[in-house]
Amino acid sequence: MESETRPRPVRFRGRSYLAFSLAPEPPIADWLADLDAAIDRSSGFFVGRPAVLDLGNTALSQSAIALLIQELEARHIRIMGIEGAEAANLGPGLPPVLVSGRPASGGELARVAQEAQDKPASKPAEQQSGSLVVDTPVRSGQTIYNSAGDVVVVGSVAWGAEVVASGSVHIYGVLRGRALAGATGNTKARIFCRKLEAELLAIAGYYRTVDDIESNLRNRPVQAWLDGNAMLIAALD
Amino acid sequence: MAKVVVVTSGKGGVGKTTTTAGLGTALAQSGQNVVVVDFDVGLRNLDLVLGAERRVVFDFINVVQGVAKLQQALIRDKRLETLHLLPASQTRDKDALTDDGVARVIGELRSRFDWILCDSPAGIERGATLAMRHADAAVIVTNPEVSSVRDSDRIIGLLDAKTERAERGEKIDKHILITRFDPNRAARGEMLNISDVLEILSLPLLGIIPESEEVLRASNLGTPVVLNNPASAAARAYLEAARRLMGEELNVTVPSEKRGLFNKLFGRRAA
Repeated sequence: MESETRPRPVRFRGRSYLAFSLAPEPPIADWLADLDAAIDRSSGFFVGRPAVLDLGNTALSQSAIALLIQELEARHIRIMGIEGAEAANLGPGLPPVLVSGRPASGGELARVAQEAQDKPASKPAEQQSGSLVVDTPVRSGQTIYNSAGDVVVVGSVAWGAEVVASGSVHIYGVLRGRALAGATGNTKARIFCRKLEAELLAIAGYYRTVDDIESNLRNRPVQAWLDGNAMLIAALD
Repeated sequence: MAKVVVVTSGKGGVGKTTTTAGLGTALAQSGQNVVVVDFDVGLRNLDLVLGAERRVVFDFINVVQGVAKLQQALIRDKRLETLHLLPASQTRDKDALTDDGVARVIGELRSRFDWILCDSPAGIERGATLAMRHADAAVIVTNPEVSSVRDSDRIIGLLDAKTERAERGEKIDKHILITRFDPNRAARGEMLNISDVLEILSLPLLGIIPESEEVLRASNLGTPVVLNNPASAAARAYLEAARRLMGEELNVTVPSEKRGLFNKLFGRRAA
């Protein structure tokens, strides 16, 4: 079969961004006044920056939420998502509900804040590099995610578990679940494992499932990398 | 020092209730003061396995909601005076258990018993997470087949995340108990073998309970297999598992039924 006739797979890319989280506190009018004062001190701070509205401290009605978002847009703050509210309480046209956010480190925020002052027209913040070492097996249903480098697992990754890294993925055990390297688009990222029984391997959005991994590679130590648009897998033993 | 042990699995039908009754009976036989608590509200079974279904007046829900005192709901076993049952309700559902109520009842049980064995419902929803919430140790019941092992793996992840101990940053002791093991089928590759299961779950093994008609016969009689036929392979396996749970170091073997000459010559009857 000619290689051109192969269906080209759709690429799905995971991407994480740093967003500011705004958590209004009642009374909202006072909070908006405080916000105005903050904006006056550093104009342009929020321009072009994604922000998330955290409604965990409030109990606003649907129309109040819509009004609040209008007020924020009037201050050039674009809300990309809402936290701490039930999806049912949001009407159509409002940003989607986000879950499982985590606070960014002080360093990250400070750097972004610094950049905001240096060049208000933002450019993507550089990822901090650092690998994440996991000493326990990754259990079914768990996801290990590192948006700032490699993930190293000293143990096995179970069926239905997922390891996602912006850098490379190293599994010193059996890889039965999914491994996604270069999740933010790094085509140089690789996947290494001591024993391949994976459900899915993906690098920078290119993926291969069980069905298109050669059976002679299964149960062996392997590495996977990208060569152009093709994911190559080779045994290490 | 009282020890709360959750018997859990994720998957249904693997033998949680039989195991709770088996371990509870074996611990009680060695003189420990034991209570088995049925967390499977709405689908209670532990009372049947222990033959106490006609003695249930008040249940766990009644105690959690303060309608009855703990003393009124506890059922003492007729054969073993150190074994007690806190039955579940058959008519209510799991939402009737409140976090605070369960915490209070477990606290009260801790002051009265050496061992509190919690029989978890199947699944990973609220009933199962409530049953594991206060555990100091967990027995993860697994059949030697892929779906059961995968579900057990999921439950182990939850034990490391959703228990009180885990939230305090402490470890909870986790043990694998393999049930319904058939050495002949494992040898033929129709079942996972023990080393596969342990390699996948990477936890210590508490025991191997062989597939046995004795288990079914005993639960139909309402007598735990440990009492009904103590010489049977399943009973011996539960007795050994209980000793390991108490901290004894014993080599794990697959106890087998003593076979007659006919079986030796012609192999086992087809199931």
